[in-house]
Amino acid sequence: MIKAILIFNNHGKPRVSKFYQPYSEDTRQQIIRETFHLVSKRDENVCNFLGGLLIGGSDNKLIYRHYATLYFVFCVDSSESELAILDLMQVFVETLDKCFENVCELDLISHVDKVHNILAEMVMGGMVLETNMNEIVTQIDAQNKLEKSEAGLAGAPAHRDAYIFSN
Amino acid sequence: MPAVSKGDGMRGLAVFISDIRNCKSKEAEIKRINKELANIRSKFKGDKALDGYSKKKYVCKLLFIFLLGHDIDFGHMEAVNLLSSNKYTEKQIGYLFISVLVNSNSELIRLINNAIKNDLASRNPTFMCLALHCIANVGSREMGEAFAADIPRILVAGDSMDSVKQSAALCLLRLYKASPDLVPMGEWTARVVHLLNDQHMGVVTAAVSLITCLCKKNPDDFKTCISLAVSRLSRIVSSASTDLQDYTYYFVPAPWLSVKLLRLLQCYPPPEDAAVKGRLVECLETVLNKAQEPPKSKKVQHSNAKNAILFETISLIIHYDSEPNLLVRACNQLGQFLQHRETNLRYLALESMCTLASSEFSHEAVKTHIDTVINALKTERDVSVRQRAADLLYAMCDRSNAKQIVSEMLRYLETADYAIREEIVLKVAILAEKYAVDYSWYVDTILNLIRIAGDYVSEEVWYRVLQIVTNRDDVQGYAAKTVFEALQAPACHENMVKVGGYILGEFGNLIAGDPRSSPPVQFSLLHSKFHLCSVATRALLLSTYIKFINLFPETKATIQGVLRAGSQLRNADVELQQRAVEYLTLSSVASTDVLATVLEEMPPFPERESSILAKLKRKKGPGAGSALDDGRRDASSNDINGGVEPTPSTVSTPSPSADLLGLRAAPPPAAPPATSGAGNLLVDVFSDGPAAQPSLGPTPEEAFLSELEPPAPESPMALLADPAPAADPGPEDIGPPIPEADELLNKFVCKNNGVLFENQLLQIGVKSEFRQNLGRMYLFYGNKTSVQFQNFSPTVVHPGDLQTQLAVQTKRVAAQVDGGAQVQQVLNIECLRDFLTPPLLSVRFRYGGAPQALTLKLPVTINKFFQPTEMAAQDFFQRWKQLSLPQQEAQKIFKANHPMDAEVTKAKLLGFGSALLDNVDPNPENFVGAGIIQTKALQVGCLLRLEPNAQAQMYRLTLRTSKEPVSRHLCELLAQQF
Repeated sequence: MIKAILIFNNHGKPRVSKFYQPYSEDTRQQIIRETFHLVSKRDENVCNFLGGLLIGGSDNKLIYRHYATLYFVFCVDSSESELAILDLMQVFVETLDKCFENVCELDLISHVDKVHNILAEMVMGGMVLETNMNEIVTQIDAQNKLEKSEAGLAGAPAHRDAYIFSN
Repeated sequence: MPAVSKGDGMRGLAVFISDIRNCKSKEAEIKRINKELANIRSKFKGDKALDGYSKKKYVCKLLFIFLLGHDIDFGHMEAVNLLSSNKYTEKQIGYLFISVLVNSNSELIRLINNAIKNDLASRNPTFMCLALHCIANVGSREMGEAFAADIPRILVAGDSMDSVKQSAALCLLRLYKASPDLVPMGEWTARVVHLLNDQHMGVVTAAVSLITCLCKKNPDDFKTCISLAVSRLSRIVSSASTDLQDYTYYFVPAPWLSVKLLRLLQCYPPPEDAAVKGRLVECLETVLNKAQEPPKSKKVQHSNAKNAILFETISLIIHYDSEPNLLVRACNQLGQFLQHRETNLRYLALESMCTLASSEFSHEAVKTHIDTVINALKTERDVSVRQRAADLLYAMCDRSNAKQIVSEMLRYLETADYAIREEIVLKVAILAEKYAVDYSWYVDTILNLIRIAGDYVSEEVWYRVLQIVTNRDDVQGYAAKTVFEALQAPACHENMVKVGGYILGEFGNLIAGDPRSSPPVQFSLLHSKFHLCSVATRALLLSTYIKFINLFPETKATIQGVLRAGSQLRNADVELQQRAVEYLTLSSVASTDVLATVLEEMPPFPERESSILAKLKRKKGPGAGSALDDGRRDASSNDINGGVEPTPSTVSTPSPSADLLGLRAAPPPAAPPATSGAGNLLVDVFSDGPAAQPSLGPTPEEAFLSELEPPAPESPMALLADPAPAADPGPEDIGPPIPEADELLNKFVCKNNGVLFENQLLQIGVKSEFRQNLGRMYLFYGNKTSVQFQNFSPTVVHPGDLQTQLAVQTKRVAAQVDGGAQVQQVLNIECLRDFLTPPLLSVRFRYGGAPQALTLKLPVTINKFFQPTEMAAQDFFQRWKQLSLPQQEAQKIFKANHPMDAEVTKAKLLGFGSALLDNVDPNPENFVGAGIIQTKALQVGCLLRLEPNAQAQMYRLTLRTSKEPVSRHLCELLAQQF
């Protein structure tokens, strides 16, 4: 199970955080800080795995990757394959890149809702939902179309014109 | 076209984010945030209804503020309203707010349940997915209570869209994990299994995850998934890299699903159906073959995906642990990875090998990589990898390579990362203890540990070395000498002072003969460290000093001077002051005799599980560390200072024929060291004829035989040259008990002390005491002849299941017993659960060149663990009635074999262990008793009644206990006593 997905930049500023287990606000911040501390001091070219040192016990592992200015970190338990999680991370990044066209750090914070939507298409309740990038992008496109059509209707007085129910 | 165009962003949000990013200080940031929060709050509270866009903008701002670590304590009601909107945009942002911000225990959950229910029932797949996501992400018990019953229906409904099925599967999984009791099992489970055949790979992936979780608790309900999973896997593995289209990832077909399927199969033993199994083995072989093919792409993603499947395949092979051929290939593959340039692969290979090392089939093959692993420990740049290397060394350690591994780990410790030092220290301490053939090596190793990493040597470690030194008199002199030398270092760790202080206080006399370590020198050496030490260490040293007064009367005046000094007698610390005062008085008042008694050498410590092993287990959590601790070799892990011979299972490791991936089966229990079968036969032949071998002088056979004898434990020769440690002779090696063994045993049912056995050569006396479920027995072996017994070796054997019922730890005795001399052996006994047969005591020795063997029943019967219980008549009858099931009662009517004397009967019953209850039975002639049998696992309450009939010279004995076999067994044991 994936316990948390964290993205922060080279200075440790959190950019996306998604926890799949309930933690108090303080604990979440502490986890982000500690994770950054652990991950950022590691050299490049070392392995992408770190034995569990936080988030509740030795069963957990950090699987991370450094892309440009951002660290992507997945906290997982032993039921996940390390390499498969790296693949998933790659799919996530490639999907972001496709949706944002050369995704950069700022995209992640100014479109936080989109990032969460993309993540939601891939991971649900800590389990992998979909790994096929085309499928994910198709879903996101469909959502955007819905939004656009609703935005177009927003100005119109007849709010109740429920496009979504017409199919 | 990108899905989100750059111009799409919300202006207000972008401005706010850039403001925050431009803040120069934390204070400025907080100020800006507070301003924004106030703004949003007023907007939410304002009269003007907000449009969807504004609501979305404000929620996004709140999410950003939350991400920065600020608590958001409002906006929840707005989110609830958004959920109920008919517009996708608003609904979606509402769900986002809830899934990110709302904690599972929030009150809000109840408010949103209704909206979620509507969405689930809406038949709009987009809304249903949003609702399912929300349930899964919150995943609380309340959510389970509200929805757990609905979701299986959605999952298996024929008309559900694929995306809904996918979400429903994972949603159900999440609820099941959080509160398994809320998910009703039923007819749907069978249909879930068939989702493995679904067209849509995404649905299959989600279903596999769900089944993997469900089948752990209900393996039988989901058994049919094995064949489906195998055929699915086989289709994927054999498909070309383009067959699966979108689910092909960097030329690897459906890697994620393959991994999940392989994980699912690890929940079950190998398939029973031969066809399924054949197909699976074919799959596994295909994966292993593909690993050797040239890569289809240079991209790291390609190799990641391919190897993800490969590692999972290897895990499955290790899990099955039954296909030697595949295990060899797995091990070779991992061996290749150990030298791979990808750090990730080296890491994973080390990790997988750890589990491989605990397989009987592959332990030897793993050991061949020792040099590579040691090299990894020395040269890897990455601490994660070094840690895995250390774990693997620990896992592959056995008697044959312990010295090398321990010395490498010690060397590594000097430069090891602080984070893992304590763990390395524990591991070294455990290995040194577990595989010590030579106790001076053990002492050296632990002292080195203290020297190199004193700060990380926990109390458990140095307590343990003291226990071992105390219990092994052959190492005491060496230990005293070594600590004395270690203490001479100008700076030595406080833990060294503690160990040194304790050991010199106990055994300093053993080196006092040497003028370089005469008593005054020892004392001044210790005292030179005194002032630099903490209170606890100083307290320990004060005890050492008083022990010195007893050991070396010549130091008395000096030490009394130290104790009398104001810095001790008026020390601010109560403990130190008290010790100084009491020790000073003790040394002045007590006579030498009294002093000698009070300050006698510490008695041996009772055996129990190594405290450091327990600590390592605690540290790593259950199942971590290495499977070795728990499984295969644990049996021998705790016997070092009891000096019990390694239990048979250890013997298999240093096999002389280091066959690649040892194709030998699991080691037969108690097999003797691998030597020729003929030799084994000889042993059997000889030991079958007890004590009746004519002394013919050494014949060739006997010479052969003596080589097979366990090496004499205490002789230094045996310690040095001990390639294959001898095993306890297993039940098949020892002869049957002598004919009168039962009769001898019966004598001890009601008493604890006496002569167990006697013939012309040997007398065996017993003294024992029992408390609760523990016992200690002293066996005295007297040589009645004037000739020395050689290779004298008494061992205790547990036939059948007894091993799990009764733990007996023996101390070694000297291998020679001089004519007319007596040796003593101490047995520590722990009753784990109820048992019916006593352990066997096998005594073997050579008398005048002729081997003698003798097997007796050790006088340990279940009633020894009786604790008498007093109770009033009323209680007795109440309990008696509670135990009224027919199988709980055992009764016997028998003729008296001895004169019927009430006093004797009473004494016997008391000796049997139960309390005698007066005034319970209306007939004063009858005896009534009660007690509890204490075992580690359980307690068995016992009630008994004995009715003598003097006229008929008969007795009637009735036993009632809560366990059927115990009733019968006790009844039989006791009936033979009258």
